Amino acid sequence: MSTKTGKGKVIAEWIFTTDHKRVGILYLIGSLAAFLVAGLLAMVIRMELSEVGPQVTDPNTYNVMLYFHGAAMILGFQIPALTGFLANYLIPLQIGAKDVAFPRLNALSLWLFWMGIILALLTFVVPDPPDIMWTGYPPYSIISPGNTALYASTVLFMGFASIAGGVNLITTIIYMRAPGMTWGKLNMFVWTTLGAFIIQLVFVPVLGSAVIMLTMDKYLGTHFFNPASGGDVLLYQNLFWFYSHPAVYVILLPVLGIIFDITATFARNRIFNYWACVVGGVGGIVLISGEVWVHHLFTSGMPNWIRVGMMVSTLLISVPVGIMVLSLIGTLYRGAIEFKTPMLYAAGFIFLFLIGGLTGIPHAIASLDLALSDTHFVVAHFHYVMAVSGTFAIVGGVYYLFPKFTGKMYHEGLGKIGFVVTFIGANITFFFMFLVGLGGMPRRYFDYSHMPELQDLQQIVTYGAFILAAGLFITLASWLVGLFKGKKAEDNPWGSRSLEWTTKSPPGPGNWAEVPDCTDYDPYGYGEDR
Amino acid sequence: MFARIRNGLVVFLATLPFAASGALASFGVEEPEVEGHHLWDVDDPVDGFHHLWEEVMMDIIIIGVIFALITLYFLIKYRRKHNGQEGRPPKLSRAAKMGWVLIPVAIFMADDLFLAAEGWTLWKKYREVPENNIEIELESAMWSFNFTYPNGIETYNELRVPAGTPILVRMTSRDVVHSLYMPDFKVKEDSMPGRITYLWFLPKKVGEHVMTCAEYCGVMHSMMHGKVIVMTPENYQSWYKQEQAKLVEGGAGS
Repeated sequence: MSTKTGKGKVIAEWIFTTDHKRVGILYLIGSLAAFLVAGLLAMVIRMELSEVGPQVTDPNTYNVMLYFHGAAMILGFQIPALTGFLANYLIPLQIGAKDVAFPRLNALSLWLFWMGIILALLTFVVPDPPDIMWTGYPPYSIISPGNTALYASTVLFMGFASIAGGVNLITTIIYMRAPGMTWGKLNMFVWTTLGAFIIQLVFVPVLGSAVIMLTMDKYLGTHFFNPASGGDVLLYQNLFWFYSHPAVYVILLPVLGIIFDITATFARNRIFNYWACVVGGVGGIVLISGEVWVHHLFTSGMPNWIRVGMMVSTLLISVPVGIMVLSLIGTLYRGAIEFKTPMLYAAGFIFLFLIGGLTGIPHAIASLDLALSDTHFVVAHFHYVMAVSGTFAIVGGVYYLFPKFTGKMYHEGLGKIGFVVTFIGANITFFFMFLVGLGGMPRRYFDYSHMPELQDLQQIVTYGAFILAAGLFITLASWLVGLFKGKKAEDNPWGSRSLEWTTKSPPGPGNWAEVPDCTDYDPYGYGEDR
Repeated sequence: MFARIRNGLVVFLATLPFAASGALASFGVEEPEVEGHHLWDVDDPVDGFHHLWEEVMMDIIIIGVIFALITLYFLIKYRRKHNGQEGRPPKLSRAAKMGWVLIPVAIFMADDLFLAAEGWTLWKKYREVPENNIEIELESAMWSFNFTYPNGIETYNELRVPAGTPILVRMTSRDVVHSLYMPDFKVKEDSMPGRITYLWFLPKKVGEHVMTCAEYCGVMHSMMHGKVIVMTPENYQSWYKQEQAKLVEGGAGS
């Protein structure tokens, strides 16, 4: 590209890269950075809550940390790790394309994402850090001394990155498939990511307009959400959740997709009832995802007719999700399961997701939600179903692809120990958090001096969180050891039939010397009787 | 294989009551009512709550345990015995494929709609305020709950109510969104500027209960809490009159 030599050239190549694999890896680095910072803050939050009374912080700092934890984990870690790293890295490889449809747009979306990460990190530098939580409800976000504009800008950068990525990868999946790569030969990950990007394209603009209106209310004196001038505080909550509930499926769908691919590879088995899973599961989730948001507002004085409607639609989301879980468990049936680290994460995922999904049912029922919403019960629920399950899928996915994108093998022993410790820690943390919630502890509390009986449970949660953190550091160690000292990876260390494993490890520019012919290809073509 | 499934079922059925009772115990059982105060012809939503909660817990524990046991069984039974072994995926006929969709869908939907119907019945109880209630106004503000009684008494972070009478709290907010949450009465409702919302509850047992803010409202969010003090009707009446007298006195003095 330039005449520079040595390190400078390498760095410039990475910064100005349009290669989907490098874009993916840069997405991974950014999202892991967000995960690390937000995770460390979670430790401070847990230390604060371990005992009654102020412990290690003050309410101001605590609220800023809680804001950053939520916003960074969702917008900076999970969505970019799934729809940025995994989707960018895997989709062209799984559909037999040399790159995405619009490589430069891909680079732009990466840059926007990195700007979002940098803006988010400025939270710790600016004198007036946002303390408005990741939901940013007005009127508090309008009268708060915190910097609402920083929040809105972070959301906008991440949102534009998502839209650019969505346009790009949807086009890629539709137009860039290799010859012979029919719709029935797509990996589950491709299907689920397609669903996730459709949701992103439909709903992200709504969130974008909501935070722009919020910024105008705060700094330009408009009155969208100001009741004194005829505005409505509930308008923002509706707009916010109109995006942010579907965002849960933006995370869930690729999570299920990568878990399906890991499971099929390590069980050397076909996806059970593939088309039911694609049409009923992915299609059903995409269809219902936008009709359930009012379950976040069950206690907000919405009219009864919409509450009963959304209660039913929320309960019905268990139908497509149930179909996908059946297919996932069915993929184990008569398989030949090898428990390498990625498969351990996929297996652990099933149990975590069961707990997380099923504890959503009491929340879906409006009359039970009157007691449960905005307590630690809902915090435990969404950590099980989204945070922990999602992170297990992301970590499992990184393990799964580690040989491919680094060309080295991770440390298997450390990987397995890391899994066991993480699994135990996550369950201690979040199972006891359910009980804290049932005890009546609301979320986003700095202190609970009026509920001192919860202290014992809170302490167990804190111990669990430290075990969880230890597990994640062991995981990181297993990657770093692999990266620097790992043995060289084969092209297809798992014996997978999927197309991405026919490339070299790591794949060179253009992925294949020639575009592969997929006439006789089947990503899940396992079975001794074939 | 059938023997194994049978054994598994026995273990599952044997452990179920323990698992269920453990989960239920944490939410408390109905407490005995005060003596001398007879049952009011009011249908208390909290009773319905406990009933539905037990039903839902049973439902999700059964589903969860069945799925988890099947998964565990598959993970153990179908592990790879030798290198190069491949899965033997079942060949599904068209009818089997449809069956594996339609039957689970029918079961899930039946369960969902059953729970939705139950949930809706209870919801109506939560929202339909009984006659003969005491209506108390709440204006929440950063960071206190300010109550106004029908006779003009004002209290802060303290809601004194007589046992046995339904209490209707009609609420709004002076500044930002707050939420009145009373864990013991299994109810909460957001109070918002520019909107009027309500909740009602039935205090039964004399004693003190926590009320606390459940919607993030700034620095002192976790310090925004108070007490629901349930008094005997006699004590309540004397307190109510006494405070009213103070109010009149104060009004006359100023």
